[in-house]
Amino acid sequence: MLVHVTDESIDPGRLATGFYSRHPDAAVATFAGFVRDFNDDGHVDSLYLECYVEMATRVLNDLGNAAQQRFGLRAWQIVHRYGEMETEDPIVFVATSADHRGEAFAACEFVMDTLKTDAPFWKREHSGDEGQWVTVKDVDKDRRERWSTEGLDQ
Amino acid sequence: MTITVKFFSLIREAVETEQLTLELNDSSTTVEALKNELGLRGEAWNEALSHPNLIQAVNQRVVFKEEVIKDGDEVAFFPPMTGG
Repeated sequence: MLVHVTDESIDPGRLATGFYSRHPDAAVATFAGFVRDFNDDGHVDSLYLECYVEMATRVLNDLGNAAQQRFGLRAWQIVHRYGEMETEDPIVFVATSADHRGEAFAACEFVMDTLKTDAPFWKREHSGDEGQWVTVKDVDKDRRERWSTEGLDQ
Repeated sequence: MTITVKFFSLIREAVETEQLTLELNDSSTTVEALKNELGLRGEAWNEALSHPNLIQAVNQRVVFKEEVIKDGDEVAFFPPMTGG
């Protein structure tokens, strides 16, 4: 399964092992993101990640296909969690395989930088009885824009 | 025509609605016209749908406000995304 959007827990280690066994290509890069226990205001207890599931599945499929075309990937996989999560829970897993490490690394970074601002997920962080929606950070917009300004958007 | 309208995150909370099914007399309309019509439901609706960073999608694709909506379409309104 290339794209999987789920409200059930995910296991990046098992996903990576599965990807390696299915795609023992010359260069394989993987990324896993976990719920952080802090934000700019202090401690975070838990995270609610809202998702427009049908659109997220479509966007992530389009993104994986774009990465495959742009970086000449042999294979890719994107798994994204949504719903209620605790700190240190895995949120996202991305794997890319290519003939050379440069393309595998770049594609993995491209997918992560793009999905953060283009895939319909919304984070709400909870600390004690307080909860607040996370706003888009400038660094995330800059990282997304980088793939355009470098003339690599295709 | 009949359309489905979905709301997410801050917008969903502001209008206290996850999803609507709307019967419209017109055979087509635009996202902008739909926003204006929904804004008539009250100040909370008007304010939420007038937000400068509001994003709109039709059939799961982000569109401009001039996009034409047709029978059976699924429209969604939400704030900038924060996944990953």
